Amino acid sequence: MNHSTHPRVDQPLTPLEARLTALRGGAAARSMDARALAALAANPGCDRRAVLDAAGVDKAALAARLGSPAAFGQSPFAITRGLVFERRLRAERCTELAALLRRELLPEEAAQLPVAVPDLLAAEGPAVRAARTRTALVEAVSDAAAGRAWTLLDRPLLRLEVAGSAVSLEPDAIVIGPDERWTVVEIKSFPILDGGADPAKVGAAARQAAVYVLALRATAMALDPAATTTAGNAAGAGATPHAATASSASGADEAGRSEQGPSAPASDVVSARPAGLPVSPYAEPAGLAAAVRTTGLLVCPRDFSNAAVAAPLDLRKQLAVTRRQLARMTRIETLLAVLPEGARLDEAPGAVDSLAHAYAPDCLAACELAFHCRSQARAAGAVEVLGRGVRGELGSLTTVEAALAATAAGGALARAARLREEALAR
Amino acid sequence: MSLLSTLARLQAVRSGVAQPLATVRHRHLSERPFVLVPLAAAGETGAPLAVLLGQDRQHPRLLTVPQPLDRDLRFAFLARVGDELLPYLESFGGDVELLERSVKDPESGEKTVEVRELCADAPQLVVPNPGGVELLGLFGRSTRFRRTAEDPDPGPYPAPARVPLLGRWLTHVSDRANVPGSSMLLPLTTTLARHWATGQSSLEDAHLGALLAWISPPEGGRGEEAALRAENGRDERGQLLVPPAGPATDPDFDSLLLAPAITRYDAARAAQDERLTQARAEEIDALLGAVLLPVWHQVWQGLDLLRTLPPGAHVADRWESDRWSYTGHRDRVAAGEPPQPLHDDAVTAARRLAQREREQVRVDLEEALDDPLAMAEHRLAGQAFAGEVVEVQPAYDTSGRSPKPRPLVTVRTEDRPHLDPGGEAHRAGGPASQKAQLVELDAEAGLLTLRLLNGMGRKKEPEPGTVPEPGEQVCFTLFELAPRQSAPLPDPEDTPWTHGGPPK
Repeated sequence: MNHSTHPRVDQPLTPLEARLTALRGGAAARSMDARALAALAANPGCDRRAVLDAAGVDKAALAARLGSPAAFGQSPFAITRGLVFERRLRAERCTELAALLRRELLPEEAAQLPVAVPDLLAAEGPAVRAARTRTALVEAVSDAAAGRAWTLLDRPLLRLEVAGSAVSLEPDAIVIGPDERWTVVEIKSFPILDGGADPAKVGAAARQAAVYVLALRATAMALDPAATTTAGNAAGAGATPHAATASSASGADEAGRSEQGPSAPASDVVSARPAGLPVSPYAEPAGLAAAVRTTGLLVCPRDFSNAAVAAPLDLRKQLAVTRRQLARMTRIETLLAVLPEGARLDEAPGAVDSLAHAYAPDCLAACELAFHCRSQARAAGAVEVLGRGVRGELGSLTTVEAALAATAAGGALARAARLREEALAR
Repeated sequence: MSLLSTLARLQAVRSGVAQPLATVRHRHLSERPFVLVPLAAAGETGAPLAVLLGQDRQHPRLLTVPQPLDRDLRFAFLARVGDELLPYLESFGGDVELLERSVKDPESGEKTVEVRELCADAPQLVVPNPGGVELLGLFGRSTRFRRTAEDPDPGPYPAPARVPLLGRWLTHVSDRANVPGSSMLLPLTTTLARHWATGQSSLEDAHLGALLAWISPPEGGRGEEAALRAENGRDERGQLLVPPAGPATDPDFDSLLLAPAITRYDAARAAQDERLTQARAEEIDALLGAVLLPVWHQVWQGLDLLRTLPPGAHVADRWESDRWSYTGHRDRVAAGEPPQPLHDDAVTAARRLAQREREQVRVDLEEALDDPLAMAEHRLAGQAFAGEVVEVQPAYDTSGRSPKPRPLVTVRTEDRPHLDPGGEAHRAGGPASQKAQLVELDAEAGLLTLRLLNGMGRKKEPEPGTVPEPGEQVCFTLFELAPRQSAPLPDPEDTPWTHGGPPK
């Protein structure tokens, strides 16, 4: 997390923060980004990844120390190409991006409205940037309400609380249109070719954008004048770096309101509901948070050219999934309990093995530690190494040994084994 | 994945070597295939970086683009690919069979004989993986609409003469690769994975080196160790011991070796030093050749492995569909038709979809008929049964004018088909298509008594050989053994305007 690299001078580290800092041996924390969060949401049962990401441990370095270096990275050519594309869109206060968004998002009668591109202090620390983003959001909402301008926030910084610790997230852009709706914009360098794009890449982009929508909703909830009384004073704009409301609390708020009707005093609603009650992942937010559109906008190069093209991206499914997965993630404190006090991964990388992993072959494309976890899963004879689906197919037979034992006469797989033998004997 | 292939994977984990998933080869292998190992430039869509290609295993041809961002170099590269590939593709067009069929004139109702050409053989391209298929499709997409200097309106950037033609052929073969059972453009990893089950997941099977490591591990070694070395083993320079089979290169190769070499090439070119530029380009050739050559050998090794399996009985039939497809494209090119459009119109899309569905059904059926392992999947699922004939009783249907043979055949099987008395079954592997009806079922003893309903000739007594003898092994399926003919699509002039037909 970014905030732990910038410890507040006036406050000592919380015990949790101190423990996580010790875990990575005092090294600078890797910031948890939407990509990491989306990967975590795809495999929420993985305690190992949850702790390492929360602590900001450099997983690639850890994997190398463990003797199973990660096998993926990005080619410098691809990185350069992506940067060139983004830089062109953002040049001169986002002229090209704004023009594209104006065409895509604005109704014709609003096309002449000026665009505001506020300076979001990109060079400052995360706390300042998050506070600046919130102020800019408030201004943008009032601009839009007064019909003065529509606003493009270039690389804002949002905070989202995940499993008990705050994460800084940096969407590519957010648009606040004249209709007062907020849209998350995701810039990617893969092409939209003849109106279609690689589904795997679009899916990954959608999962990332869904994380931004959740963070934006939480921020909106904190900014909402109607909701500040319920969320407590901490939610006042810019009061503390941890202003973002926990998603679970805001969820409880929404559900409570929809049950008791809008006339019920909001403060009573929250206190009337016990914390941790399951909330429907499909529950729609109310108040200012409802201004966040569940359709993102994907901006990509068109065909084989460098020209940008935008396409709407329905995020509702990813939102529901991500929200549910993030809400059910065990709190980091609980997960840390299995590690010895004062464990340092830079000195004793093997300590990571006491954290349970949930290896599946998909991890190979999403996690630097995958080779390490795979060798452990193989050593344990887990059937998941053959694919997630295999586990479902074999039911209670969770190890290769058990499954092969079931091929003996009378076992659950005996019939299959005999048919296979018979066919091969011919 | 089916339970039987999961079982094969489990056995592979235990034995440390891949286990067979097929007893015969389900894809056609040409006598003289054309192998391509293409590499794409990272970050640029459809931009070629290099390709190793040819028909001669010992002497592959290396083509590279020393600066992938330079579009002129890209098209020069594709022109050279065309010089290599087009003569091969066109070489099959001359040797034709003449087939006759009678056509009924729709107006007069008269029957006339139509003679059609069918090329005696078709080209077969082999690439390492589905990524290679996709890349060839992208090459096709980026070149088939280009204008050349020979066009009446060449435009500001004319492409070399035969590049658009190459684009049309590449589009055709990569489209054809989406048709189930087609062998015109074979991605090797999927073809190998159809025939062998490894002790790893299907995601990991997409790595050609790891897949081959499982199928033929080194002497005394185990598949997972050899596969790990193929996936992740690096030398002292930090380069992979087994280079990836493309189309993407290893990021470490890009950053440590290729990027500096391209920078040097650019510098030499900027200095307009022709000899140095040539030398720098040769350095890049050497780098790319070194990562492509191991893959080249892997591809041929994979083909050798596939050749160890005898071809399935229906493989030649499916290859005939590929030959028709080749002949059709040859005719369209010769007739001067325009390149394939970006998007199919509604009628073409419907036809294409129907064709793929039909072919999928056909492949599934034919594979089950050709391969006892594929049939075992259906038997396990209760959709087929096999066993020994224990008794044959002659019986007759006397309801008509003359009695017809309807013998009763009793089969002993351990299979548990989902079949009740009165239900229909179809005999697989019999002399002709033969339908039967279940008369009596003794689940305890595993005895099924079936009445054969047809396929025995027109006489009172069945033709010899059409009724199984006691002691014979038979197999029946609960599904029909030929794909159902779908209702034909209307003619273009009868197609509703909503689906691309003429306005009414």
